[in-house]
Amino acid sequence: MENWKSSARAFWVSMAPPTFWLVAFFIIPLSLIWLYSFSSKTGIVEITLDWNLRQYARALEPVYLGIFWKSIWMAAATTAICVVVAFPVAIAIVFSKPTMRMWLLLLVILPFWTNLLIRTYALIAVLRTNGFINNGLDWLVTHADWLLSFVGLGDNMLIGPYRPMALLYNNTAVIFGLVYVHLPFMVLPLYAALDRLDRSYLEASLDLGAGHFRTFFLIVVPLALPGIASGVIITFIPAMGSYLTPDLLGGTDSYMIANVIASQFKQANNWPFGAALSFLLMYATFFALAIRAVLMRKEGRGDRR
Amino acid sequence: MNRKRGMPGLIGALSRRQFVTGAAAVGLTLTAKPKFASAQAGNVVFANWDTYIGETTLADFTEETGIGVTVDTFADVSELFAKMRGGNVAYDVIVPSNDWLPRMIAANMVQELDHSKIPNMSNLFPRFMDEPFDPGRKYSLPYMWGTVGIGYRKSAVSGVPDSWKVLYDSDEHAGKIALLSDCGTMLGCALKYLGYSLNSTDKAENEAAAELIIKQKKNIKAFAEDNGQDLLAAGEVDVTMEYNGDIVQLMTEDDDVDYVVPKEGGILWEDVLAIPANAKNVDNAHAFINYIHAAEPNQLITDYIQYATPNKAGYELMDEDYRNNPDIFPPEDVVEASEYAEYLGEEVTQMREALCTKINAA
Repeated sequence: MENWKSSARAFWVSMAPPTFWLVAFFIIPLSLIWLYSFSSKTGIVEITLDWNLRQYARALEPVYLGIFWKSIWMAAATTAICVVVAFPVAIAIVFSKPTMRMWLLLLVILPFWTNLLIRTYALIAVLRTNGFINNGLDWLVTHADWLLSFVGLGDNMLIGPYRPMALLYNNTAVIFGLVYVHLPFMVLPLYAALDRLDRSYLEASLDLGAGHFRTFFLIVVPLALPGIASGVIITFIPAMGSYLTPDLLGGTDSYMIANVIASQFKQANNWPFGAALSFLLMYATFFALAIRAVLMRKEGRGDRR
Repeated sequence: MNRKRGMPGLIGALSRRQFVTGAAAVGLTLTAKPKFASAQAGNVVFANWDTYIGETTLADFTEETGIGVTVDTFADVSELFAKMRGGNVAYDVIVPSNDWLPRMIAANMVQELDHSKIPNMSNLFPRFMDEPFDPGRKYSLPYMWGTVGIGYRKSAVSGVPDSWKVLYDSDEHAGKIALLSDCGTMLGCALKYLGYSLNSTDKAENEAAAELIIKQKKNIKAFAEDNGQDLLAAGEVDVTMEYNGDIVQLMTEDDDVDYVVPKEGGILWEDVLAIPANAKNVDNAHAFINYIHAAEPNQLITDYIQYATPNKAGYELMDEDYRNNPDIFPPEDVVEASEYAEYLGEEVTQMREALCTKINAA
């Protein structure tokens, strides 16, 4: 490997486009929003930069803190469910035949190729009162009743008429939607971590008399911790800032922080306040990433491979 | 505030015409290419609500004038406003609502119309020629108008639900109620129910309206972003606050649905045609507005979207069923009791938005 200093030109040529991209489309726009967050709204479209902290002060009022808290809670629930669901999936992929593995990974990634909006509308079609789940259960109940009528137990004597469940427009629907969307973010890092795992540890554990459960919790989970940490971070952060899912699947009490931000930029037409809320979300993200970096460093010290 | 069939219609009706038109809501831009090689330079860039123009109107216009039309759709005016204040878009004709137009005028985002270039203005009903939100029609001409009232499933209600009480202050339809999520609309109708003005700027009155909604929240299924008609169609709700046109469209497919403007009065709305200050093709924009208000094209648009046209010539070409439809043309006393939502200034807007955040967080 050559040192970049010995071929400086090649280095700069290859670095220039991404640097330009980062500065022009990330740092500059983000700085503008950051400046907005210290500005005052002085007219319908006028914004004056006067370096005040009023927007942040307002963002820390109980009603907005409450929404922040709710977002954190929803994202945490989503992440927890994702870990529990994704772990068996990742293990199954790791232990499947190599040819099978590629197909299974493809299945995990496949939903990404469909637009999020389309996937969310598809979920609505599944969950709503006349959706696939409710209609499917209704069909089952009706036909079971029809079968029971042969033994004289029909006409809803034993089971129902089916009452559709309220699966849509509530917080459960939002978390369901968030889990559905973010599951691949959890499966992939877990898969990567488990794939690197040295199988001889597992064999040693089993040979030395530990059961499958003990092996799993005492050997597999600790070794997969970096993967779990990555998965948690990249699931939690986007889940906390999700806008579309609570907007479309949520009920009257599913308002999350991104919905407030969107309304500040649109209906309320108050960009400085929207900017302050966005940056509070961003600071929280940086904080989470910093914690992760610290944890990883500790881990790195203990385990140099 | 989107009063057109949007994406939610997709689910119920993948095979219906919304599939094509609904796709536009995802950001697809349709372009009617001019047929003539000698077409005038400069397509008219037309920012419109989704499915809110005649099926062939744009192509017909291009055929007649040689001017192409590029369409960009928006889902609500606040989105249009946010795009325009960024300054990167140069639309030639936009369709804001009456409550957003004054904001655009105050922010110098729209330009004065040259009435001499729109001779078809004479086709309009005289009563639209002077509106409180645009005196003397200096900046805009009406496109379509209508009301916000209650859409309901006939088999699920006892009698006609002709009071806002059904939505705001009753548990008769608990869990089967949807309100429009737009802040001004949601608060405004609650204010009407409480006997105040839709445009109340009084803090205590607005707070009372917010309290009413918070108390009712347990019975409300969703704050619908203008998909109340879809919720109604899918059986999710039995009563919903909606724009009349959405419900009228649904009524053509579902006999069990009806619409009423409550006796306390509803919201009157008017969508207008305006030309942004930074329009590039001002002459063509005038020609386009003029074309929309010619008799036959206007009739074709009206016939397709089934909203109330302010155009007398177009109206007179429509059939009896349309002209006598009380859901499209409400009786005089209903219009009398209803109000236009006004732009109330930044301070009141912020006060109302804060109340709505409180409602959503409660």
